[in-house]
Amino acid sequence: MAERLAPATLDDIDRRLINALQGDFPLVREPYRQVAESLGLGEDELLRRLDLLLERRVLTRFGPMFQIERAGGAFVLAAMKVPEADFDRVAAQVNAFPEVAHNYRREHALNMWFVLATATPEGIPKAIAAIEAVTGLPVFPFPKEREYFVEMKLRA
Amino acid sequence: MPDALPRSEVPDGQGPTELDAIDRRLIVATQAGLPRVARPYDLLAKQLAMPPEDVLRRLQRMIDLGVIRRIGAVPNHYALGYTANGMSVWDVADERIDDLGARVGALEFVTHCYRRPRRLPDWPYNLFAMVHGKTRDEVLAQVAGIAALLGADCRAYDVLFSTAILKKTGLRISE
Repeated sequence: MAERLAPATLDDIDRRLINALQGDFPLVREPYRQVAESLGLGEDELLRRLDLLLERRVLTRFGPMFQIERAGGAFVLAAMKVPEADFDRVAAQVNAFPEVAHNYRREHALNMWFVLATATPEGIPKAIAAIEAVTGLPVFPFPKEREYFVEMKLRA
Repeated sequence: MPDALPRSEVPDGQGPTELDAIDRRLIVATQAGLPRVARPYDLLAKQLAMPPEDVLRRLQRMIDLGVIRRIGAVPNHYALGYTANGMSVWDVADERIDDLGARVGALEFVTHCYRRPRRLPDWPYNLFAMVHGKTRDEVLAQVAGIAALLGADCRAYDVLFSTAILKKTGLRISE
């Protein structure tokens, strides 16, 4: 279930495309054509490559990135101490919750770190209680108290 | 979802804004991604039975309000060669954290920087800064850069490397 960690094979056009698409995508009727022209590509080729990058999971998504709290929702980081022998079982149980937006294994006694995204703040304690019930393990929430910086852009 | 929540329930100054039912339908329609067709906003407009200009106007408004951070691609950092992913965590004085957090967040290799609660006695850290590099050494050098910036304000720190992405789907809410 864990994704492979090896870097993908990308050509120069893929890299330029990934870098360009991490900027602000235009809000115009034919945005792909506009981006394609700026890169000297055909629109069809851009769409074909974008589909492939998503299919290969080089990109995990393409679209609006929401700050869910501004839409009345909640987004909370949480961690668990999972015994090594139970790790795969617990990961499957945790990942089965639609409220779990992403989940990482990390090297620490707190070895599973995931983000809960719910439509209302009340959804967070409910999801935590449900995860604790299913896994039999405590969940430690680390809600953000203040945001100093967020800008997830990486040069390909 | 409720139309509005008391400000006290969300972090300072980052409360919900006024969104109507159509905005919410637009969020639900695009949270899995933007259609990959020549006229993606026209397709959304057709799905939501509204003029394409309204889709563009509403998306721009949500960007202006901060509901949408930006429209674009989210890379799998492992696939791009950023195989070393460290969550650096720091114990700094509460009365200094806003100043320090802003300075750490401004470092070019920090992608996310937040204040979060301590969980004493096991977890004394209140400042979280995500750093990404192509090797662990690169990340450790970046962490050393943060340590140097914090100087005597840092009482303890750790860096938690990720060893696997177990799930990454982005948020999913229902209407």
